Amino acid sequence: MKHIDKVLIGASVAISIAGIGTAIAGNEEFDKPTISAKTMADALHLVMDSDRTIYTRKIVNRLVKKDKVIKASEHFEDDKALVLPAQMFRFGSELVAKRAEKLADVNFSYSLQSLWPINKQNAPKTDVEKAGLKYIAENKGKNYYAKETLGGKTYFTAIYADTGVAPVCVSCHNKHKDTPKRDFKIGDVMGGVVIRIPMGS
Amino acid sequence: MLNERKSKRSRLLWIWIFLSLGLIGWLAFSMFEASDKTIFMPGPMTSGHHQIGIACDACHKDPLPDGEVFQKACTHCHGDDRKKPFDSHPRSKFTDPRNTETLENINAQQCISCHTEHQPDMTSSNGLTQPQDFCIHCHADIADDRPSHKGMEFNTCNSSGCHNFHNNRSIYTDFLVKHLHEPDLLSRQTVPEREFSKILEELTDYPVERFPFRKLTDSDIDSPAEKSLDVVQHKEWLDTAHAGSGVNCSACHEVKQSDSDQVLWIDNPDHTACARCHNLEVERFKRGKHGMRLAVDLPPMKVVDARLPMKKEAGHEELGCNSCHSAHRYDVQEAAVDSCLGCHADEHSLAYKSSPHYRLWQKEMSGDAVAGSGVSCASCHMPRINYDVNDWMSRIMVDHNQNANLSPNEKMIRSTCMHCHGLGYTLNAMGDKELIKNNFNDKPAVEIKSMELAEQDQKRAEQESLQVQEN
Repeated sequence: MKHIDKVLIGASVAISIAGIGTAIAGNEEFDKPTISAKTMADALHLVMDSDRTIYTRKIVNRLVKKDKVIKASEHFEDDKALVLPAQMFRFGSELVAKRAEKLADVNFSYSLQSLWPINKQNAPKTDVEKAGLKYIAENKGKNYYAKETLGGKTYFTAIYADTGVAPVCVSCHNKHKDTPKRDFKIGDVMGGVVIRIPMGS
Repeated sequence: MLNERKSKRSRLLWIWIFLSLGLIGWLAFSMFEASDKTIFMPGPMTSGHHQIGIACDACHKDPLPDGEVFQKACTHCHGDDRKKPFDSHPRSKFTDPRNTETLENINAQQCISCHTEHQPDMTSSNGLTQPQDFCIHCHADIADDRPSHKGMEFNTCNSSGCHNFHNNRSIYTDFLVKHLHEPDLLSRQTVPEREFSKILEELTDYPVERFPFRKLTDSDIDSPAEKSLDVVQHKEWLDTAHAGSGVNCSACHEVKQSDSDQVLWIDNPDHTACARCHNLEVERFKRGKHGMRLAVDLPPMKVVDARLPMKKEAGHEELGCNSCHSAHRYDVQEAAVDSCLGCHADEHSLAYKSSPHYRLWQKEMSGDAVAGSGVSCASCHMPRINYDVNDWMSRIMVDHNQNANLSPNEKMIRSTCMHCHGLGYTLNAMGDKELIKNNFNDKPAVEIKSMELAEQDQKRAEQESLQVQEN
């Protein structure tokens, strides 16, 4: 009986060690880089763009334009209204920045910018941002990729066109008090999503 | 002779060594072990922190703290106030690589970049150190976007409550436009109703099993025989919402011991007893000057410790929940005026009883006006606000942090003044220091330009839209 106990204990220890070993080996495999910074940025943009599209179509447009039960407003708290799709996008990016600060390996950032920003803080600042936003506005359907150094760190920066797809996107921007451009049309590139991924140390 | 001199020098040397070691030991003990570290205080505290000056550890969590240690200490007490109603300059804005160069001018990720303690020469009358040029480093070209701002000096951004670094959008342009041309007095002039009793059943932390909602009577009283109340106290308790909603004597007077199941009777319960049901109110109380000593485990503040003018006869009063809400009676009307005026003796407080606000309060108290139409001290300084109880719900509650909307006083505009007054009138009143001193006993004598600028900006935008349509 005692021997059976010992055999069982020994077997348990062996299985545990083997399990941990497999787990470690698995982690090593998981840590190996399999996609490029460009693919990573493209994937991130796909998620961001899809989420925003769903929010715009299935929440904002449905409730505001079809069901007509609530407003969407830049001043959503005072107006007791839905946040605008662009604000939803920005709040997401701020939460990512807060969370990613603690995760060195996934420390990326993103923002929505424009050559004609309503909020001037969303105008391009770096040379890459300026060149990239100009490029995507002049070359419809194309993305812009570049490397840049900011604050002593090197980043892979990807810029994707943000196009006015719904009438409400265009009319709201054209009417806004602080807009520098009032003649957007549906299909125009109104700005761009800038994704920045650190490249090594 | 030479040996004698050598021996004397040697004795002096040893005495010096012993004294030096003793001094080093005492300083090391004071730094790392002693509870009172004020020996190291580099200068007097600001009026915001002077009460907790002895609790050095509250901010200096580490004997040799860096910016991050201070940052955690600042946000531990002030974090919530910074977030609401809106944080215009969140930390995430400055961790974004595209904004790194702005940090070269001011490290806006840390509170101590602008707000410094122990520097009385740099501290303004509101108890805050604050550089005057912090906006211009990033917003020097503001006049390009806002022509109305052309020619404005760099140190006028926060004049008249226009801009506040932390909550820059509390009175944004569209808000001003929305409230253009409002009358001095609105047609509706009442403060919001409190909601505690209405949503008790939804409050997850209310101990409903211990205090089921039912009206208690004489026969329900559960104090031990030897502790029974006198007739007056008994009647006072029966008249309260406490007795009306099942809160018996044991609710406040009995405390379960943490290390056993034994229950002890406490004759004079403190704020911790109130916090069992009114946790949010007590937490907010501990964030303000009345209760901040309790937040760092110091004995309650005494009135004599205040830097504002106070009544001498109240000097030895301690500040806890029962100081304003007298025990057993818990009269919220008394707490809203008489309790305040029992201690405060500054010009503004002393002028209250000759103000139109007080006349409205008297009318409400005598039943000649509707509930919520009177203006007490608490109406403005402990306003009823819609406060987030947690991430998922909010309720209208009395904000017991009476400092939350005090400085700059524009914080009072939304939480208080606009329940009854138009925005234009309110801005003028908040900008008139003499009017504040005499407790609003007249009309504002100053005119703040914010509404006018907002209207101009609105007209400019309408004109631009019209031109595009015509083209």
